[in-house]
Amino acid sequence: MSPKGLDYETLNENVKKVQYAVRGELYLRASELQKEGKKIIFTNVGNPHALGQKPLTFPRQVVALCQAPFLLDDPNVGLIFPADAIARAKHYLTLTTGGLGAYSDSRGLPGVRKEVAEFIERRDGYPSDPELIFLTDGASKGVMQILNTIIRGERDGILVPVPQYPLYSATISLFGGSLVPYYLEETANWGLDVNNLRQSVAQARSRGITVRAMVIINPGNPTGQCLSEANLKEILRFCYHENLVLLGDEVYQQNIYQDERPFLSARKVMLDMGPPISRELQLVSFHTVSKGYWGECGQRGGYFEMTNIPPQTVDEIYKVASISLSPNVPGQIFLGLMVNPPKPGDISYLKFVTESKGILESLRRRAQIMTDGFNSCRNVVCNFTEGAMYSFPQIRLPPKAMEAARRAGKVPDVFYCLKLLEATGISTVPGSGFGQKEGVFHLRTTILPAEEDMPAIMASFKKFNDEFMEQYEDHRGYSRM
Amino acid sequence: MRRFVVGRTKSLVNRYQRSRVLSSTPLLLDSPSSMAAPPSSSHPSPPVTLETINPKVLKCEYAVRGVIVTLAERLQHELQANPGSHPFDEILYCNIGNPQSLCQQPITFFREVLALCDHPAILDRSETQGLFSADAIERAWQILDQIPGRATGAYSHSQGIKGLRDTIAAGIEARDDFPADPNDIFLTDGASPAVHMMMQLLIRSEQDGILCPIPQYPLYSASIALHGGTLVPYYLDEATGWGLEISELKEQLEAAKSKGITVRALVVINPGNPTGQVLSEDNQREIVEFCKKEGLVLLADEVYQENVYVPDKKFHSFKKISRSMGYGGDDISLVSFQSVSKGYYGECGKRGGYMEVTGFSADIREQIYKVASVNLCSNISGQILASLVMNPPKVGDESYESYAAEKDGILSSLAKRAKTLEEAFNHLEGVTCNKAEGAMYLFPRIHLPQKAIEAAEATNTAPDAFYAHRLLHATGIVVVPGSGFGQVLGTWHFRCTILPQEDKIPAIVSRLMDFHKGFMDEFRD
Repeated sequence: MSPKGLDYETLNENVKKVQYAVRGELYLRASELQKEGKKIIFTNVGNPHALGQKPLTFPRQVVALCQAPFLLDDPNVGLIFPADAIARAKHYLTLTTGGLGAYSDSRGLPGVRKEVAEFIERRDGYPSDPELIFLTDGASKGVMQILNTIIRGERDGILVPVPQYPLYSATISLFGGSLVPYYLEETANWGLDVNNLRQSVAQARSRGITVRAMVIINPGNPTGQCLSEANLKEILRFCYHENLVLLGDEVYQQNIYQDERPFLSARKVMLDMGPPISRELQLVSFHTVSKGYWGECGQRGGYFEMTNIPPQTVDEIYKVASISLSPNVPGQIFLGLMVNPPKPGDISYLKFVTESKGILESLRRRAQIMTDGFNSCRNVVCNFTEGAMYSFPQIRLPPKAMEAARRAGKVPDVFYCLKLLEATGISTVPGSGFGQKEGVFHLRTTILPAEEDMPAIMASFKKFNDEFMEQYEDHRGYSRM
Repeated sequence: MRRFVVGRTKSLVNRYQRSRVLSSTPLLLDSPSSMAAPPSSSHPSPPVTLETINPKVLKCEYAVRGVIVTLAERLQHELQANPGSHPFDEILYCNIGNPQSLCQQPITFFREVLALCDHPAILDRSETQGLFSADAIERAWQILDQIPGRATGAYSHSQGIKGLRDTIAAGIEARDDFPADPNDIFLTDGASPAVHMMMQLLIRSEQDGILCPIPQYPLYSASIALHGGTLVPYYLDEATGWGLEISELKEQLEAAKSKGITVRALVVINPGNPTGQVLSEDNQREIVEFCKKEGLVLLADEVYQENVYVPDKKFHSFKKISRSMGYGGDDISLVSFQSVSKGYYGECGKRGGYMEVTGFSADIREQIYKVASVNLCSNISGQILASLVMNPPKVGDESYESYAAEKDGILSSLAKRAKTLEEAFNHLEGVTCNKAEGAMYLFPRIHLPQKAIEAAEATNTAPDAFYAHRLLHATGIVVVPGSGFGQVLGTWHFRCTILPQEDKIPAIVSRLMDFHKGFMDEFRD
């Protein structure tokens, strides 16, 4: 007799609606194949260290020392730890009351939040208030907290780009809200047209949805585009006029691979615009240690910064944060180190800069290799990865392939990606996991495999794709008697 | 008629919430509050205000870091700015189970392994042998070999690194003498997110109820409120050492059903928080039978499993009890929560923990996995620590003796402090305090004189909060009013941790006694 406590019928409906393709069907199939001994190249998730990127040395030294403070008393510690790492570890330990093992303030250690505020000020040229910066176990938790605060029910809509990183769609489903899509324009390099925004909002309102907030991912995921200043201004004006909270997912701000559009934070542009927008538009900005050139996904370190959110609302957000007591302290220290890295003159500076530049320059090269590799396939069109960590090529599938997919009970891009996986071991995420226009198919891969492996990976992809097309293409010019 | 009382006074809260207002950075003082900026006719009020946020957020409460703590922090700042401005030298935070913030030392072996896993590059250096114990180095290698690419900075499997789950499962088996499956384990950033996950799965609407002990650790009430469910209280019996009566469970279940509530699960905290009682095996068997019969999911909060201070009681996991009754996954749905924050390790800041999920269908398991995957994974260092906690040094290991000495030192000191403080509370006029058989808290009951109750009401404060505030102002000691945990209507308690170091205890006791005497002198009937 099976227990009645919790079965599928009595499960929270919102949970059933949640989809998160990044670790969905393709990933599970890839894991199965891996267990069977097949070599898998996991390009499904932005997880740099899993693909061989080495951690930066300095932060690991500092955190290791914080982890084992008795080392600091050992006269031999200087043999394997540089003096500036030792000093920094001591500094962070003084910011805690009880070292890494004590719950910190529920918003995060005040000393680290101050470092974050100082970073923001250096970056943007405007002061930032540490009291409005909350550290979280990864940016995802912060996104979930803010969306949970905003969404009251299914009549509350959140504007989300299509394609989007499916944390947003999953979270909106989980909290019972409505996702209001706005389409990015693939032919215009995934640009954002404000008219699309207006249209989406109008449609939603006509369905009785109250649109509450707008998400922008800049640089984009999966699309990689970097928003121009003009675009950001349009967005800010739009949110101001429509009374939307702007949620700025800026976790890829260090990952910029072109020089025309450097990263501009939504906050900077907003403050540049002056009042009334600078004083009234509500903005929450998110950042993380998981991306950039740090790639410290496993530490779960992140923060959100609130601007123009009323104090009582901030208090309520604090209250909910306090229920989980505090974000993990090592992750907070990683974040502090990220926003306050070694400076010129520091013992570790040279090594730190060499490591960082090495990673960023390689990412830039890999972005190009991958874009070019995809574009060399006749049925594939791929926008250049201006930023972030992904390539999102459009795959044009012939009718026979679509038919085969239908017969197999799969959405066409899932069908393609499964075949790709089985043939080459490359584990991607089908575009349907991110959203795309009807009848247009993509896949998302990361640009993270090691640079020396890239040519072989792209060759492997091309070989598979050409064979796939060979198999499913309709040879119109070919007749048989 | 008993009622669940959550004491909270609006004006007091409002007063202290406003004290958390923005710092004095000039630009940001211009940020609008919903009261300051008059709405213009062409621009209606901003979308995210108290009036328009998720009402469930407004509804939930968490007293452990609530009003009194904010007040204490303010007093602490005042002391720092102006030493001597208060009749005490320091604030003593006895509000929260946060041992290392009160100078409890971490377990050396655990920290050695974690440091090596944080910076594996030094494992190849010969100098490392001189700085770390050999078995810590060996354990670090073992763990790193279980992590693909030895990459501790990579997202892991969403349930946690497989090899670590294997270790934890083996630890559970060694503890219980019954098998544990690594696939049943979900590693989380502390036990709290795992509790939230289960509430999310179980609660469909406010028609879904969760049975919770009163008094309870307010994660449960807060989580239920956040997820839009209904808390169904069952009262622990103070007169019998906070005993759990099955008849009470039955009565509350029936009462809930008659109000149209579908009760989905039963929360049991063992050892108890704030109450500290350790359940007897008989009691546990009754609870298992009850859940099985009523089709309830048993949510077993076992985070204090290593904190037992009395020789006549032992911790038995609910899994062990169920299996020893012959009940398997087909008979009972059980979720067991464990954490690295408590025990003798007290590693709160690491956010490590897990839930072991048994007796659910494959469908549900998939859904749990799916929800876990949206957050990708819990922090790796916390995962590693959870595996160390469940598989610590063994007899014969190089670090065993120092590990055992540290562990025994902490546990025996905790037992001593529990006793000392319990006796101190029992010596206070009008105060009775049950023994802390386990966990980290004492939950004394104060019989407040009528005059005190009236004085409290005059300031619009709950009487237990009134007492706690007076205590704070007079002594610097921070406790949490009992209303934050729930108590029988008309009774007053506060929760005080046993965590300040031994050398501080005599001063705490004497200050407490002086304060209480003064308080009673002022308010005695």
